[in-house]
Amino acid sequence: MERKIVIPGEVIVSGDDYLPGEGTEKMGKDIVAIRYGLAEESSRLVKVIALTGVYQPRKGNVVIGKVENMTFNGWLIDIDSPLTAFLSVAEVPRYVNKDGLNEVLDIGDMVVAKIYSISGRGIDLTIKSRGLGKIEDGMIVKINSNKVPRVIGKEGSMINLIKNETGCNITVGQNGLIWIKGTKIEDELLVKKAINYITEKSFVSGLTEELKKWFDNEKGGKAK
Amino acid sequence: MTKEFKRPDGRKIDQVRPMKAKIGVVPNADGSAMFSFGDTIAIAAVYGPRKMHPQHQQDPEKGTLRCNYNMLSFSVSERIRPGPNRRSTEISKITEWALEPILMIKKYPNMVIDVHINILQANASTRCAGINAASLALAHAGIPMKELVSSVSIGKLDKTLVVDVNKDEEDWEEGEGATDIPITMTNSGKITHIQLDGKINSKELKEAIKLAKKATEEIYEVQKKALKESIKLEK
Repeated sequence: MERKIVIPGEVIVSGDDYLPGEGTEKMGKDIVAIRYGLAEESSRLVKVIALTGVYQPRKGNVVIGKVENMTFNGWLIDIDSPLTAFLSVAEVPRYVNKDGLNEVLDIGDMVVAKIYSISGRGIDLTIKSRGLGKIEDGMIVKINSNKVPRVIGKEGSMINLIKNETGCNITVGQNGLIWIKGTKIEDELLVKKAINYITEKSFVSGLTEELKKWFDNEKGGKAK
Repeated sequence: MTKEFKRPDGRKIDQVRPMKAKIGVVPNADGSAMFSFGDTIAIAAVYGPRKMHPQHQQDPEKGTLRCNYNMLSFSVSERIRPGPNRRSTEISKITEWALEPILMIKKYPNMVIDVHINILQANASTRCAGINAASLALAHAGIPMKELVSSVSIGKLDKTLVVDVNKDEEDWEEGEGATDIPITMTNSGKITHIQLDGKINSKELKEAIKLAKKATEEIYEVQKKALKESIKLEK
């Protein structure tokens, strides 16, 4: 089935050959979209990929957030989602003195964390894994969270291309915040420019190839 | 019904004013849309789902919809005092009721979806334009919903039923005067909102609903086109 844009209430496919996935519902014999987005079918499962809207947190997502507040046993982190996220001291991979919470993370600090559970009351975060923790330096870029899959690319092809071309370390949070860290500020700015290029052209297919050309162009211009 | 009835702007009795719809007019909002009927222009912006504030209004069982209808001071020929008034508070509530049946917001406990409707220019049927814009904006914000809704106002001028009344028709004084019936329908023909201001008999009301069904189908096509064309898929 070809990918197409669907609107709420539109019948995507009908018949018993298909299963309703995310963003769809079965009504009688038809599979109907309940969200606005791109309808896709893979191995008989029909789903709608959202292209707009707020970030919907999911278990296992790596996100980037800002420390909003401190409590006696952890930090409240703003991750741009409807629910506020909580990072407990127990989820910090080293000993933390109860009086010295602000020595680990202070209000206004940026942090890379992973969602380990979502309940009705809120989101719980952890930094007990490689690559997670406080952001000391570098640059943060914010994009629409629905465009994160495009920036990463198929099996990380897009993000690896940017990493190889610029030599920067890039961490993409699923909530749309991207942490760039390079040795030179020029490299970081080039990454920012590349990311903006991707978000603008996010509906072009074969974008990885396009981006390669774009990098050649950018670098060629500089050599002159 | 008199066959030779002439509308002030020369439209046919079942003709809707030229419509326009556009998605994504407010970049800062999570979803937004503009909808216009001729000179009536409405923009709607959706924020959320986000945490309900004040906290005592939180509903732990399901999400809440909160609408805010506002007419800008320059939207009519005589400047109106800005800010909420009796009329706008009522229309806000009516809009909530018109939109709530189509939304599937059970999965957003303690959260609220804010819909802000602003009327940039008014020439009657503002609540209908507002509902149409809000329906598009909610879809754009990625809120799960069963269907889209389309809204139109049916007028009874003396003894003739007309579709999509404008200001001149709203103030009709000949014969029995004007009766205004705003109706909101889903594409499958379910009515989510109907109001009636004036006098009408049951036979004429049935006729009015038939006219509304036909007009909302036209509006739905405009809304559908706007949503589909706001994303360009390049091959």
